[in-house]
Amino acid sequence: MTVVIDRATGKRRGEREPRPGPGRRLKNGFHKHWYAYAMTAPVAIVLGVLVLYPLAYGLYLTFTDATSLNTARTIGVNEIDATYKFIGLDNYADILWGPTAYDRFWSHFLWTVFWTAACVTLHYGIGLGLALLLNQKLRGRTLYRMILVLPWAVPTFVTVFGWRFMLADGGIINSGLDFLHLPTPSWLEDTFWQRFSAIMVNTWCGVPFMMVSLLGGLQSIDASLYEASEMDGANAWQRFRYVTLPGLRSVSTTVVLLGVIWTFNQFAIIFLLFGNTAPDAQILVTWAYHLGFGQQPRDYAQSAAYGILLLSILIVFTSFYRRWLNRNEQQLAI
Amino acid sequence: MSTTTVETSTADTGRRPAAAPRRTRRRGEHSRATSLVSHAILIGASLAALFPIAWLLFLSLGPDQDDYLHPGRIWGKMTFDNYAFVLKDTSFFDWLTSTLVVVLGTTLIGVVVAASTGYAVSRMRFPGYRKLMWVLLVTQMFPIAVLIVPMYQILSDLRLIDSYLGLILVNCTTIVPYCAWLMKGYFDTIPFEIDEAGRVDGLTPFGTFARLILPLAKPGLAVAAFYSFLTAFGEVAFASTFMLSDDKYTFAVGLQTFVSEHDAQRNLMAATAVLIAIPAAIFFYLVQKNLVTGLTAGGTKG
Repeated sequence: MTVVIDRATGKRRGEREPRPGPGRRLKNGFHKHWYAYAMTAPVAIVLGVLVLYPLAYGLYLTFTDATSLNTARTIGVNEIDATYKFIGLDNYADILWGPTAYDRFWSHFLWTVFWTAACVTLHYGIGLGLALLLNQKLRGRTLYRMILVLPWAVPTFVTVFGWRFMLADGGIINSGLDFLHLPTPSWLEDTFWQRFSAIMVNTWCGVPFMMVSLLGGLQSIDASLYEASEMDGANAWQRFRYVTLPGLRSVSTTVVLLGVIWTFNQFAIIFLLFGNTAPDAQILVTWAYHLGFGQQPRDYAQSAAYGILLLSILIVFTSFYRRWLNRNEQQLAI
Repeated sequence: MSTTTVETSTADTGRRPAAAPRRTRRRGEHSRATSLVSHAILIGASLAALFPIAWLLFLSLGPDQDDYLHPGRIWGKMTFDNYAFVLKDTSFFDWLTSTLVVVLGTTLIGVVVAASTGYAVSRMRFPGYRKLMWVLLVTQMFPIAVLIVPMYQILSDLRLIDSYLGLILVNCTTIVPYCAWLMKGYFDTIPFEIDEAGRVDGLTPFGTFARLILPLAKPGLAVAAFYSFLTAFGEVAFASTFMLSDDKYTFAVGLQTFVSEHDAQRNLMAATAVLIAIPAAIFFYLVQKNLVTGLTAGGTKG
């Protein structure tokens, strides 16, 4: 039946004569694919031009010694041609096990892993706690929820500056600590406290998303499950452990994966909180940016190599995560 | 309860009968105590969420750039001078224009380009389908460090550094796959029978998409547009790197100009921050209900 209609409608210039497929469903037949390709063409072209081509070009740059001193550039009216040369895998070798590789790559790598783990744990833990509290029948629940999503509502690049004022040497946080006769760390200068501040600010920014997602998950859990478990004599902890957590599983796996990716890639917070001043508090993304744009001469090749390494780490992590989910027969909610 | 375990068994047997009536009575008391604790925690969390933003607002009322060091003095001399200065004597409106140009351009391209693809991957299975989905997924996890160097080189060659078009194109690298992904999730919720009915009535797949599905998918398109808008608005890395002239800065870059190595006009910065934050937050609150449903739209089905 559909074949007849397709033949009636499918006469287009440049299209092959459709072969009547045996299937009755719409999903069969060659002309079907022709439509699909026409529809996916815009994104395919955009991604090809804007993502895959730059990616290939970036990959090529990692095999060269391109810096801002030897790439093509224009100074006034003079056009200077590129003079960088091909050096093979030297950049990767240098980053991973060259001299001072620990200080340049591995220390940042370890800090990035710690940063990601700490932030996502805090995001998820605090987000879940607040979601559970907001899921009760409370007076003023809507107001609480409105206030609590504020860190998500206001753009990060604005709020980070609020934190900068608060964390500054004579800022309100240290004034308050001083008032209570507590030690006043220099939040934005000392490496340990820089890292502490970065995690604190990122946690503040990231909790609302988790809270809202998990609250949505909680509200989709069937209330009769709670009634049944209560009838069976389950206490609050058991209800949480055997009803709530399994009910949140698909939302949790998704938001944790998203959280890990976003935190690992978090640029704005660290970049704006410290500018170019804190080499030891930079995670790999901001460090790669620093190599490529925050110093003179700009080391394009190394920065691009960092980018490729970062992407590889993320892809490996994601595939392992998915495999682990499949083993436990869990579904990602995306 | 765990405290009783260390006590002697006599105390334990003495406790147990007492514990039973308490458990029955506990419902009322328990919920009152719990709700007190809940309120206490929520109030604490709300204060923590509110404070940095309220602090910016408060500091923006202090006229001197060092007022953030002794906020107590602000009470006596609150003015709106900072706001007047920002609106009159800085590039605030230039930044507003560039932000709107970049953000709206990105949103428009993202939604228009991604819509038909979202429909195609939602409805059709074609050779290369899995590859495309994989590309859409992976491009969303690109760290900015991957594309920023080659993009900078390419845009230099094309003379697109410091141009709105360049920044819009760069923003599209993340926005387009994201929108396609979001819209696929939304199209999946529209029954397939509608397409079939359209086809039976003689529409081509394009006609079905344009006449039947797109009108139904307006909420999905809106969510994709909101996301593009918010993402492009908050984008820092590319904008800071690719925009060189002061009148083309987006807000995310312009705000940084108040704090340089030598001079920090924190009072003006706070005022600008508030001017940016209030409309942004209002917009967010207006669309947030849609945002949450959009996030979970793809997630309700296995």
